[in-house]
Amino acid sequence: MMLPVALWLQQSNAQLLSLHWVDGLIIVIYFLLVLGIGFYLKKYANTGTDFFLAGRQMTAWIAGLSFLAANLGSLELMGWSASAYQYGILAAHWYWIGAIPAMLFLGIVMMPFYYVCKTHSVPGYLKLRFGEPSRALAAITFGVMTVLMSGVNIYSMALVMKAVLGWNIDFSIWVSSITVAVYVVLGGLLSAIFNEVLQFVLIWLGAMVVPILGLVETGGWKGMTDRIAHSFPANDHTHLWSTLGSFNDNPMGIHWTGIVLGLGFVISFGYWTTDFLVVQRVLSARDLRSARMAPVIGAAFKMAVPFIVILPGLLGLAVLPERLVGESQAVATGAHSYNEVLPLMLARYCGPGLLGLGITALMAGFMSGMAGNVSAFATVWTYDIYRPLIKKEATDAHYVSVGRWCTILGVLISIATAYLVMHFLSIMDYVQALFTFFIAPLFGTILLGMFWKRATSAGGFWGLLAGTVSSISMWVWVKLDPGALSYIALSPHAKSMAENMYRGLWSWIICVVVTVAVSFATRPKPAAELAGLVYGTYTLPDESDVPLYKRPVFWAIIVGVVFIVLNIIFW
Amino acid sequence: MYSESSRISIWFFIGTLLLVYGVLITGAGIYELISPPKQELVLARLHAGIWWGGVLVVLGGFYSYRFFPRKVQ
Repeated sequence: MMLPVALWLQQSNAQLLSLHWVDGLIIVIYFLLVLGIGFYLKKYANTGTDFFLAGRQMTAWIAGLSFLAANLGSLELMGWSASAYQYGILAAHWYWIGAIPAMLFLGIVMMPFYYVCKTHSVPGYLKLRFGEPSRALAAITFGVMTVLMSGVNIYSMALVMKAVLGWNIDFSIWVSSITVAVYVVLGGLLSAIFNEVLQFVLIWLGAMVVPILGLVETGGWKGMTDRIAHSFPANDHTHLWSTLGSFNDNPMGIHWTGIVLGLGFVISFGYWTTDFLVVQRVLSARDLRSARMAPVIGAAFKMAVPFIVILPGLLGLAVLPERLVGESQAVATGAHSYNEVLPLMLARYCGPGLLGLGITALMAGFMSGMAGNVSAFATVWTYDIYRPLIKKEATDAHYVSVGRWCTILGVLISIATAYLVMHFLSIMDYVQALFTFFIAPLFGTILLGMFWKRATSAGGFWGLLAGTVSSISMWVWVKLDPGALSYIALSPHAKSMAENMYRGLWSWIICVVVTVAVSFATRPKPAAELAGLVYGTYTLPDESDVPLYKRPVFWAIIVGVVFIVLNIIFW
Repeated sequence: MYSESSRISIWFFIGTLLLVYGVLITGAGIYELISPPKQELVLARLHAGIWWGGVLVVLGGFYSYRFFPRKVQ
């Protein structure tokens, strides 16, 4: 998703929008406030728990909103609006089936294991459940991938600012990175979370104007779908499931099995339940009920994100007078590309002030994503690499100091990656692929660790390694021979969008099979060592005296019902 | 370790920012009403800046007041 956007951005010389002084003032005020919050919170980030887990004092609302904000990058807003223009409402699958079931599962089923064992991180859980080798493998991979992804995001954001506003790339990279570094170094996770909640509100208020005015212009949803059907009669852009019966019936070239099993199960569950970038936010909750409630709150808002991300793309199909085209065609003809749909819609409706708010929303999205990356990197590096492998015995203050230096190091590596990507754009594609190599197998390892007492330390390690290696091997296979995709996706009609789904599914299956096989061949841990780590070894607190409206399960059921209804409405 | 209650609420920061943004955006919207730009936006007659800025002022005002530090303590 990110590479085509970046290709377009790099080739784009035209400046799409120009700012009024009010817009500039809005952006400057935003930067001053996020820095101010960092300076203010420094005195609250003294101990390791303060710095790395925000003192474990966050309410369910704050943990839930920051859980979601850490995932809402600026490229996500631009990229998925572009996808909605290109593929229609199918893009909403990444927000609904590709997120909601996994988020609810994290809150209701998995959170007690993470929270009760008092781990600082996801690799920390692997250490408790499977031992040091599994933790080291998970921590090193996560640490490296996180800062590389952060670099890709910095570069992408700088390109957005160059293409949309004409800003200098170096200026964007350094100003935004230094701002994030300052507030995370000062206030740690607490500062990152405070700013993520602020950024979450800004993203919504900055991005909502476009869909509201777009629906006014088209006369509502019906008016919009009529216009799209009239302008694009060859394709169905407004149905979620009815075109997924065959690879050939939809523009994504994907089958419903890929969406349900690959995206909805393996990739989504892998990301939302094991990626420490998002799980860290929930670990900051002040008690177990808040920790279980936070992903449910996040899921409720995630379900609404298509309103500000997918709907602008669909509205672009309905109202933009010109037809947007793919990258190569845009470069050859000078026409606008799919990726310009969100800036074009902003330019269509937003005057001075509102435009500044919209641009601030894009920046807020980028900064929340980067802060999430560097704070998670600092925690994993300090607690899962530095402490066990380099300096086992040190004071809490020492580890906080290491965490601060790691934040700076993480930002510097991210900046270096951004410049590397600038010169070798294909690296962006590799970095994103590397990130997906690990997520699906890690989900297999953690799932078996949490729900199967017989899973052994050797089983966990070799399963994780086999899943990761098989994922890399499939990726290389398709790179060398694009025809291999037909074997991985089990169809000659599969398109590139289907590759990640099926590769994730296979690597998860391989991880699970190897973990089970090796576990049966090796000695299991004594039951006493599994207390609180595996299903059946921990009893959740009795909630019979808790009012219904305060129970996470109650709200998870409501969110689940709304999720099903939405899928039926847009079937 | 400082207690959570001794800290200024995040909602106060958000409220203040929205209030300031609301005033700026409403002001810019009123200026556009008085002195329309040469190239009008689509749906310019709705004056989105004024009412959206108003929404931000109301939201920001509410949160600034509700979570004002001394009031909360």
